[in-house]
Amino acid sequence: MTALPASIDETLALLTRGGYVADRSLATVVFLSLKMGRPLFLEGEAGVGKTEIAKVLASTLGRKLIRLQCYEGLDVSSAVYEWDYARQMMAIRLAEASGEQDRARIESDIFSERYLIKRPLLQALETCTEGPPVLLIDELDRTDEAFEAFLLEILSDFQVSVPELGTIRADHPPIVIITSNRTREVHDALKRRCLYHWVDYPDAARELEILRIKVPGADARLSREIVAFVQALRKVDLFKLPGVAETLDWASALTELDAVSLDPASIGDTLGVLLKYQDDIQKLQGSELQKTLEAAKAAVV
Amino acid sequence: MGKLPENIAHFGRLLRDAGLPVGPGHLIDALEAVEVAGVSSREDFRSLLHAVFVSKHEQSVIFHAAFDLFWKKRGFIEKLIAMMSPLAEPQKQSAKPAPGATRLAEALAKNRPKREPPPEIEHDMRLTMSGDEVLQKKDFAQMSVEELRRAEKVIARLHLPEDELRTRRFRADARGGRLDPRASLRLALSRGGDMFQLARREPVMRPPPLVALCDISGSMSEYSRVFLHFLHRLTDERQRVETFLFGTRLTNVTRALRHRDIDAALAQVSSAVPDWSGGTRIGASLHAFNQQWSRRVLGQGATVLLFTDGLEREGIEQLSFEIGRLHRSCRRLIWLNPLLRYDGFEAKASGIRAILPHVDEFRSVHRLASLQDLAEALSRPVLRRKSDPRVWLKKASA
Repeated sequence: MTALPASIDETLALLTRGGYVADRSLATVVFLSLKMGRPLFLEGEAGVGKTEIAKVLASTLGRKLIRLQCYEGLDVSSAVYEWDYARQMMAIRLAEASGEQDRARIESDIFSERYLIKRPLLQALETCTEGPPVLLIDELDRTDEAFEAFLLEILSDFQVSVPELGTIRADHPPIVIITSNRTREVHDALKRRCLYHWVDYPDAARELEILRIKVPGADARLSREIVAFVQALRKVDLFKLPGVAETLDWASALTELDAVSLDPASIGDTLGVLLKYQDDIQKLQGSELQKTLEAAKAAVV
Repeated sequence: MGKLPENIAHFGRLLRDAGLPVGPGHLIDALEAVEVAGVSSREDFRSLLHAVFVSKHEQSVIFHAAFDLFWKKRGFIEKLIAMMSPLAEPQKQSAKPAPGATRLAEALAKNRPKREPPPEIEHDMRLTMSGDEVLQKKDFAQMSVEELRRAEKVIARLHLPEDELRTRRFRADARGGRLDPRASLRLALSRGGDMFQLARREPVMRPPPLVALCDISGSMSEYSRVFLHFLHRLTDERQRVETFLFGTRLTNVTRALRHRDIDAALAQVSSAVPDWSGGTRIGASLHAFNQQWSRRVLGQGATVLLFTDGLEREGIEQLSFEIGRLHRSCRRLIWLNPLLRYDGFEAKASGIRAILPHVDEFRSVHRLASLQDLAEALSRPVLRRKSDPRVWLKKASA
């Protein structure tokens, strides 16, 4: 277990050590969230590295990463806990067979922790040897409001009530990271309990640095051109702008194809890695592609 | 800490007046954050306050402007840095706050120019359209008690077609189709384990989110009051209703319509929208919606109510493209057109012809004077001949 960073600079260094190139404002909120014990609410377009922050924090701090992937209809039995019905029923039959008469005892026995299946949120409240775990609640916007309301109790008091067992409380609150793609607005009451940060597309220098770390095999000149092209592309009126994840995929694809420099042909062949909507791809064919490429080349020189 | 709490409180008040939801809890958080992180540079101080006060990406712009304005001339941050860092040189001359700075802050918070209510504009622009941008404000007539009472009744009876979605949540139901193991086990325990009665459950049905896109251009101006009243009641009545108005530009008025009082809500809507009764740019407005909002509000199977006459003069190609995209991003697109006053209507206008192929349902209102007409038009059962857009298209091309 590594100690929590003591300043913003240390946080920045910590993230860099984990291979995450963060800007200072992100490092500031991460630091505050660690220090104040507040959940961190990260919002941003798809593929800008929101989930990655949690993974990097877990690995650099040496904590367990507990991930809760959200989806519509996510309920308590798959997010928090579930009783193991099959084993409970077996226990009842066995008690019957052995002639056990004490009903209260059977009941307290089969509703004990032995028959409780712990799901991510409950796991996160348990004491770990490595220190409080990192709890990643991924893509919260995919669940419905009912689940959000349920999270309020956990996020403010770090406790869960199981009717049959009582309240389970965390001795040390976990480090909570919540991400959202903003496919709907998350309620203010939940945001109120968190520190908010909008994860934006990185600037050219930072994106190049990310590329250098994540795709070490890419040619230096090609990397510069790729970054300049993607940066220019983000100024075009597209339905879905390419994120950092797309940049990395594209760099790997071009490297695999042994490209040394960007040209219209190689871009045209691999555009599907970068843009995921047919309208966007169509828009970029022809003169628009040429224009963007020229802008990119000009930016490199 | 000196004057820090006071200054942060002032700053919070400024943000609140600028429209950010800042409460006392935020101020306490801000102070705690400063205490925890210390202040070593202006930018750190900025991101620190940003993390506490801002909870939405849109608010960032206002925050940064307010931050620059408020913390600029006061030399306060520099003092704070000096105070909190033992290494920094103590400032030789304790920078006094610029004269009048406090008053300025107060003035910033309070004496914002009050907008004069604009004169009432009466236009009769029925069936006129233009792409020109005319920016003007609108005054709505106040609602009478009678009107409000009737509206409540109407909305209570409103029944939108196909307005139920099966969710993935369950509730107990003796005749439900699925087993509920947890409840079954509890039931068995309470009966001593001899009889095993199975508990059942059923998926919960709930109405889908509703997104209303409402045209407020000149040709539609006489209907906007009715429509907004309708949406206000609807916002109050059911969850997940989002409202957008467009003439030449798109405005999200959902928050304004959440105001409980209809008159206050309409006044807020009126001041939020710059392009009342001006021209129409349906294509451009839909483009703005598709780019900025569709992914945020059309999730979870939303139904879209498009309320427009479809009279677009320019940019038919864009309109056709954008309406297609809108259609593909939502579960159900209902077009409500108030200008179809007679049965012999033919979809000749090019804008209408561009929209028709992309709507699931086409509804017309022959006389739209009240909320009731609107609710009736929406509650009408789906009649194949009348609401199928293809029928209208065929009629026009025949």
